[in-house]
Amino acid sequence: MFKRLPESEAQLNAHPVALKVNGMEVFCREGDSVAAALFAAGLLDCRDTPVKGVPRGPFCMMGVCFDCLVEINGMPNQQGCMVLAKPGMNIERQLGAREVQT
Amino acid sequence: MSASTKESISNQRHHKGVYDALVIGGGLVGSAIAFGLRQEVDHVAVLDEGDVAFRASRGNFGLVWVQSKGMGMPAYGHWTVSSQRLWSVLAEKLEAITGLEVGLEQKGGLHAVLTEHEYESRVQFMNKLIEQPGMIQYQWKMLDRKELLDMVPGIGPEVLGASWTEIDGVANPLKMLRALHTAFDVQSVDYLPEHPVADIHFKNNIFEMGTPHGIVRAKKIVIASGLGNQLLGNQIGLSIPVRPQRGQIIVLERTKRMLQLPFATLRQMDEGTWLIGDSQEEAAYADDVVGLPILATLANRAVRTIPKLRDVRVVRSWSALRVMSKDGFPIYEESPQFPGAFVATCHSGVTLAAAHALRLAPMVVEGKLSEEMAPFSTRRFNVQATT
Amino acid sequence: MSQVSNCEVAIIGAGPAGMAAALALTEYGLDVVVFDENPAAGGQIYRGITSSPLRDRPQILGKDYWAGEPLVKKFQACDAQKIHEAIVWAVSQQTSDFAPSHFEIGYSVNAEARLLHARHVLVATGAHERPFPIRGWTLPGVITGGAAQTLLKSNAIVPSDRIVLAGCGPLLYLIAWQYLNSGVKIDMLLDTTPKGRVLSLWPYLLDFVRSPYFLKGLNLVREVNSKVNVVKHVSELAANGVDALESITFKTGNQERTVEADHLLLHQGVMPNINLAQALGITLNWNDVIKCWEPVADIWGNTNVERVHIAGDAAGIAGAWAAESRGRLAATDIAFQLGKLTEQQRDTVAVKLRHDYVAVTRGREFFDRLFQPPVQFRRPTGDTVVCRCEEITASQVRETVKIGCTGPNQMKSFLRCGMGPCQGRFCAVTVTELIADERNVPEQDVGHYRLRFPTKPLTLGELAALPQTEDSIKAVVRLKKPV
Repeated sequence: MFKRLPESEAQLNAHPVALKVNGMEVFCREGDSVAAALFAAGLLDCRDTPVKGVPRGPFCMMGVCFDCLVEINGMPNQQGCMVLAKPGMNIERQLGAREVQT
Repeated sequence: MSASTKESISNQRHHKGVYDALVIGGGLVGSAIAFGLRQEVDHVAVLDEGDVAFRASRGNFGLVWVQSKGMGMPAYGHWTVSSQRLWSVLAEKLEAITGLEVGLEQKGGLHAVLTEHEYESRVQFMNKLIEQPGMIQYQWKMLDRKELLDMVPGIGPEVLGASWTEIDGVANPLKMLRALHTAFDVQSVDYLPEHPVADIHFKNNIFEMGTPHGIVRAKKIVIASGLGNQLLGNQIGLSIPVRPQRGQIIVLERTKRMLQLPFATLRQMDEGTWLIGDSQEEAAYADDVVGLPILATLANRAVRTIPKLRDVRVVRSWSALRVMSKDGFPIYEESPQFPGAFVATCHSGVTLAAAHALRLAPMVVEGKLSEEMAPFSTRRFNVQATT
Repeated sequence: MSQVSNCEVAIIGAGPAGMAAALALTEYGLDVVVFDENPAAGGQIYRGITSSPLRDRPQILGKDYWAGEPLVKKFQACDAQKIHEAIVWAVSQQTSDFAPSHFEIGYSVNAEARLLHARHVLVATGAHERPFPIRGWTLPGVITGGAAQTLLKSNAIVPSDRIVLAGCGPLLYLIAWQYLNSGVKIDMLLDTTPKGRVLSLWPYLLDFVRSPYFLKGLNLVREVNSKVNVVKHVSELAANGVDALESITFKTGNQERTVEADHLLLHQGVMPNINLAQALGITLNWNDVIKCWEPVADIWGNTNVERVHIAGDAAGIAGAWAAESRGRLAATDIAFQLGKLTEQQRDTVAVKLRHDYVAVTRGREFFDRLFQPPVQFRRPTGDTVVCRCEEITASQVRETVKIGCTGPNQMKSFLRCGMGPCQGRFCAVTVTELIADERNVPEQDVGHYRLRFPTKPLTLGELAALPQTEDSIKAVVRLKKPV
């Protein structure tokens, strides 16, 4: 698991950002990327791969590995580490290949 | 690991003597022909260039397409349909030998039209095509918007219809290449990369190809090296006028399978990615440059065809050089000066793969092209051969 | 419709090289736009410096990190236009006649594609972690050393439970030291530097001793060695687990051990982020010391593509200080090429910059050789994943070479390896090495994936909204259907 150092925890408590992650309410700090928020919330993996359906989580945290793909507010295949967590964001696990939106 | 002892794979040959047949060019055209040759004779080789070459095959859209083909040359219509009919045989043979499937889907194909003008032009064109004297007849239909919507839910409001035929289809060109090369391995075809051919000589009824790794000999040869055919054709007394024509395609990320029927310029692959094509530019040899306006036009048309693709992401674009003959039709010819030496070039390497493997290759083995191939010779250009 | 604007110099990347260049160029009076993917400047090395929660305990991240703040502040205050959270996906030669400029830069902000025209481009896209292909490296619970650093700097988030660090190179020890400073307990550090290597590098040692990194590095390593269970000369490594990391197996000498773990931080060096450079047409050379592809550039950062310069780690790994020097050198040469300086003025300014550059890169020979990733961690075998995106294994790649696949582009065609969204960033070097291994030829001869724009994804809708031309429409919509 990941944990926050006291400073991070304090900032979260002072200005919490409320997210929904796979239906659950999660709080993170202003300035956290979605991927960081997921790690701090206890999730190590955020998607199942399209080819073999195996679980993956963020790997590089800088936008080059594309392993941190999640669905954000209904938009699939978003890189969690490149998106700042915003209040009310709805984050869902990316289950394999995305759908074409209807 | 010593770099000085270059015992690279490209030097390993199963057969050390004179090959029964040899193909120059390891792309879709050359590989299909080589595969076909191997089903008829024992010792076959393919001489190929290295990793970075003008490989038209890598830009192929993968259509196994009949509609639109043959305007101005009905023989091409026939040749195309003959290949379409044999394609499942080729696919089965490949699967039996290699265990690999090549993504063949022959459920029909569509050519969309987005304006009234396009609609009318298309109807006129297809009618004229089929009405040509000597043209092979097949069923096709101009679908109106409602009929098209039944077949492809999700079609955009601007799409007024599409020409449709049941006999069109698609395959996966990269899987094709891989299957063919795997078949070479299984059947001991000597696929020799890094063997560009500098010259061809004819001595004692044997063809001798000069390569950086020495001379390779064969009783019969087929030159199928795409844009390289011009220079090599000269070596066997044939003038092969081919020029590069750039085509650019856009590749979209994998999605769950949504589009079951292919459009001529928009299809979803068996593994879920999407291909959008196709452009035609006379761009000389600049196959490594992708122009933004062309990508914008390609993207724009695709979005108008299936609007839901709007938020699907472009993961890469590709640019490759089609091998275009003077009139756009294939060239198949045996050298009158050097019987046993053949040239094969076309820009529909996937569609014609079955004809190449199962009809052209046996002709090569027999030592002559059948009468039906006459329209494909360069004599139609009235060019003088140079030695 | 998308917006198009103009500038004289476009800089891609706001790390130390990009920032230093922007400062110099604006001082010369040039109109500069700087793109960066992150919300704030700093690149990777100074990531999060303007917003880090750890500001009040600077000893955690260390002096070298905070020393970057003045540069960032100066950059923020300078006249360059900064476009943050911008994904640059294309830099193409002008293909239409809009304005008298040379490059068309396609980029996206907030899922909207835009174009910028620039006369001159500076690629300062930095570096990223090199792949570390061991069995299980794709398991949740395994992240890179750089990822751990980002989490620490930007978010003050650290792993808990059982933590193992593995690999080689200064960054690994730096993160270990930073973790010690923040009270994080590290269970083990598995150092893969081969036995005897330090001694074998004695010819380079003198230079290293004279380098600015020597004492600094020595102290840091000494401290980590004294407080962390460091296992040296680890020759084999694998991560085990079904859906997540459960344990790590490693070998040192003749001894094989398995330890339970929740986190594995992997790091064996960084490599230039070459995708944009390569798609632009910049030639790449294989750097056989640090075993990766490097753009070819001179001391000014000139490349084989006219009016494109490259600076910083994107041009070759040399660290943050060297990146600043190279950034300034590039800016000086660009200013000269754009007529703001005479050649003499340029050369005069360059004297000090080159002197600085030499000083901060002294000892790199030793460094690079010492931390060269060991061959078994560059040339995997068996079912170790090579292409993470398409889930292709080492044995698949090796088998495909055996059927005659001579290079990475054919490999891509045959296996789809390199066709995923990362566009080869995490597999290109491994594929090149595996092909070189199977064919027994040098990596330089094997070559690299050919890359084209877009080098980062954008939506079809974004692309569809960009300007078209008469030519482009003619090329695509052909009513007279070809054969």
